[in-house]
Amino acid sequence: MKTLGRIVSFLVYFFLYAPLLVMIVFSFNAGKSTSVFSGFSLRWYGELFSGGGMLIECLRNSLLLAVLSALIATLIGTVAAIGIYRLKKGFVSGAILTVNNIPLMNPDIVTGVSMMLLFVFAAGLFGALNATNFYTLLIAHVTFNIPYVILNVLPKLRQSDPTLYEAALDLGCTPQKAFFKVTMPQITSGILAGLLMAFTLSFDDFVISYYTSGPDFVTLPVYIYSLVKKTVKPNIYALYSIILVAILALLVVYNAILSRSDTKKEGN
Amino acid sequence: MTGAKAGASAPVLTEKKEKTSLGEKLLNAPYLLWSAVFIVVPILMVVFYAFSETVGYYEISFTAGGREYVCELPAAGDLTLEGAKEQAAAREGVSPAEAVFTHASLEYRSGGFTLSNLKEVWSPASRRAMLLSFLYSLAATAISLVIAYPFAYVLSRSGAKSQRIQMLLIMLPMWMNMLVRTYSWQQILENNGIINKALAFLGLGPATMLGTSGAVILGMVYNYLPYMILPIYTVMSKIDVSLLEAADDLGCNWLQKLWRLILPLSVPGIISGLIMVFVPSISTFYISQKMSNGMIKLVGDLIESKIKDQWAGGGLNVGAAMSLVLMVIILICTFVMNRFSDDDGGGMVV
Amino acid sequence: MERFIELRGVSKIYDGEKVLDNIDLDIHDKEFITLLGPSGCGKTTTLRIIAGFVRPDEGNLYFNGQDVSEVPPYKRPVNTVFQRYALFPHLNVFENVAFALRLRGAPEEEVQRRVREMLELVRLENFAKRGIAKLSGGQQQRVAIARALISGPKCLLLDEPLAALDAKLRKDMQAELRRLQRETGITFIFVTHDQEEALSMSDTVVVMANGRIQQIGSPTDIYNEPQNAFVADFIGESNILDGVMPADRRCRFARTNFECLDAGFAPNEPVDIVIRPEDVDVVSPERGMLRGTVTAVTFKGVHYEIIVDIDNFKWMIQSTDYVGVGENIGLYIEPDAIHVMKKSEFSGLFGDYSSFSDEMDEENGETEPSADGEAEN
Repeated sequence: MKTLGRIVSFLVYFFLYAPLLVMIVFSFNAGKSTSVFSGFSLRWYGELFSGGGMLIECLRNSLLLAVLSALIATLIGTVAAIGIYRLKKGFVSGAILTVNNIPLMNPDIVTGVSMMLLFVFAAGLFGALNATNFYTLLIAHVTFNIPYVILNVLPKLRQSDPTLYEAALDLGCTPQKAFFKVTMPQITSGILAGLLMAFTLSFDDFVISYYTSGPDFVTLPVYIYSLVKKTVKPNIYALYSIILVAILALLVVYNAILSRSDTKKEGN
Repeated sequence: MTGAKAGASAPVLTEKKEKTSLGEKLLNAPYLLWSAVFIVVPILMVVFYAFSETVGYYEISFTAGGREYVCELPAAGDLTLEGAKEQAAAREGVSPAEAVFTHASLEYRSGGFTLSNLKEVWSPASRRAMLLSFLYSLAATAISLVIAYPFAYVLSRSGAKSQRIQMLLIMLPMWMNMLVRTYSWQQILENNGIINKALAFLGLGPATMLGTSGAVILGMVYNYLPYMILPIYTVMSKIDVSLLEAADDLGCNWLQKLWRLILPLSVPGIISGLIMVFVPSISTFYISQKMSNGMIKLVGDLIESKIKDQWAGGGLNVGAAMSLVLMVIILICTFVMNRFSDDDGGGMVV
Repeated sequence: MERFIELRGVSKIYDGEKVLDNIDLDIHDKEFITLLGPSGCGKTTTLRIIAGFVRPDEGNLYFNGQDVSEVPPYKRPVNTVFQRYALFPHLNVFENVAFALRLRGAPEEEVQRRVREMLELVRLENFAKRGIAKLSGGQQQRVAIARALISGPKCLLLDEPLAALDAKLRKDMQAELRRLQRETGITFIFVTHDQEEALSMSDTVVVMANGRIQQIGSPTDIYNEPQNAFVADFIGESNILDGVMPADRRCRFARTNFECLDAGFAPNEPVDIVIRPEDVDVVSPERGMLRGTVTAVTFKGVHYEIIVDIDNFKWMIQSTDYVGVGENIGLYIEPDAIHVMKKSEFSGLFGDYSSFSDEMDEENGETEPSADGEAEN
């Protein structure tokens, strides 16, 4: 039973990591191919760091978009979560939550197409030349990020202890002060998780960006898609190998912090 | 992202709240406005475009004899831009030679109500794509479940530290862009890719893998397997160990324990996982494009190519109609799947 | 003692359910007053109205003669000790206690001094730097009290503060609370469903049921002179019987005439008769005023608890002498052991020990609406 479980686990991990392994190996390819290995070289990494190039510009675009949309979505989403939490359970809060679920349930392509149609319609109304640009892209990303922020913050609010808020009022806090001094610390982890999730979703998104971005602002995934139609060079592999290592490092650090605070708690 | 989807249940407060004040109601205003404009209206747009036709027209302006003329001519039949210019001049009683054209272009706008877009959705090519999408995503969902279930069980019964590390290992690939990972698979499966090289080394092959149904389904399973593992793992890890011990105590063997205890308790996670694999699979266009070298067309591919045409040939309208149909199919499927789960805690309920 | 807090005609309705029905209550300065009643009786709602978390639908609340019904909680000169303490988990003991002072922007020197004083008062001097999670229940309790007392409130509201503690600690904390009340010299309003706690700690007990005040009085008054069947049953053990008053100082119940000390009823007025189990003497059948068969005997340490069947009414008697199950015994009742009450909405609901079990009593009581959202379990 146990060995069988191990074998299943190993196969799943092998399956999940095979393409990443290939990616890393070929990022060191001396040749231009992503399937024929013609010798070890760091040329693609060198090319990345020598700067310039569409790839780096698109990376910068993607990061900028991810940061902006995550911040805006976190702000709107957190306020919305508090609003929903304060609402009595009933038709209104039910309706809001249902609408909130639409971007989560809808396939990306439908979300992307629907927003693009809105922008095309609006462009027709106002006689704009290009229906989509940086701002429509930003709007689209904020829109699909907000539900994830709410999904992270609302449970924290519901788990938070309402008597703590009352205790703060009792001790002389105005409702606003009570919120910032007592409720906020209880939901900070949810807000941060929402922010992080929004950032990664936005950074990684291709389908919705594909439909809502204009030629003025191309994100990394959209750029890669346009490339892949022709040929992909190992420089993309190199870039994503670096991203992989960066994420891995982040996760390890995050996990170390988590486990340390855990052992601290268990220690008592 | 899956973790949040699966773990969205929270204890419900029975606390009675005081009346909501105006200021608290205003907290909802920004998001209400935002979601109305950018979530609800776009959905209505899909409906609007799906049921309206594209009208093409030539917009022509010219000057003649010191006067300015602006004309709109319907782009019907085989009327060319040049022909339209002549017609426009003739209509205003100006000879084409005298007219100085300042602007001439083909423009589009949405016209009246039509069902022709939906008819196109029912065309043979589109019907085939829908059927293929449905079958492929069904297969991918089933395979994912078969792989994910035992995996999630083993994971949920391993040590706390191992669980944490394994969670990282499962999430990590999801943080890598899906285009790059799919492209990497394409390179592995290619005719001169790694697998075929290995086969050749063994004196076998070459096997053509790209372009087969299997390759497309593999791409789907690969991309969405974590979405199946995570919700199932989440509900399984919540199963109290004492329940399992009670089952042992009452004389269950491991199969009975699985069938009578673990399976029923993990239904909400399974439903969640099924939906979360099925929905992106049935609507994908990138995976099918790459894994079949463009030979297999799924619904997503059709939508993508129609929308890419923009107005030409009513692309936007037909694309919208296909999106609408896809949305309805998914709505029905998730509704049916949610029926199987009485508990709405783990599943996503529309 | 001066009148400090007044409730006048206060009502509160939740979802169409009247959880407080026209409450009138005076609370005096420096008084230890207890709101006592079962789950859902409205006691916690009353407390929350005084604290300002709940706004009354009808009626007014006065502090020192001033209407404060519309004053928000943070502007009221009262502080609350919450049932589960509601200590801020992100702050340590010191900062929890210092919270109200910091809010006011008090100078550091004053904060240090006052917090030390408060921690000394609750005997937690050495715990200032501790995290909240590392405290025992009783210690958390005392931090909550110190935190509530630091801004010098005129009145401390305590919402079942001892409910989460184990029996031994409860006794200690009862004494501790009395001491604190004497030392600080402020009004304590205490909410509990535990009658023993209420009797042993309070100057005044307010018994509540069904959103109404049933009786207000000193612990001895409440115990000895209950005003209706509910109070008699809820406070201590009682045998409550249907009776009539043929004349002053004469009453008749259990088909027998008795002498008693009560007067002032109409001739032959139907009444409820209360007889406390410890006031009944067990005698031989021939000497007894009433005769019955013993159906159950439980040893309670100080005494035996004896259930006696007299004409299908089960009496509870407490006696230090053992009697066996099935024995025929006589009961002797002195005139001053008989307490006569007017009939009320509670008549006939309580007082028979045929289904004698505290837990079952409670379960039966659960059918009462507990709609005011009190977190009393």
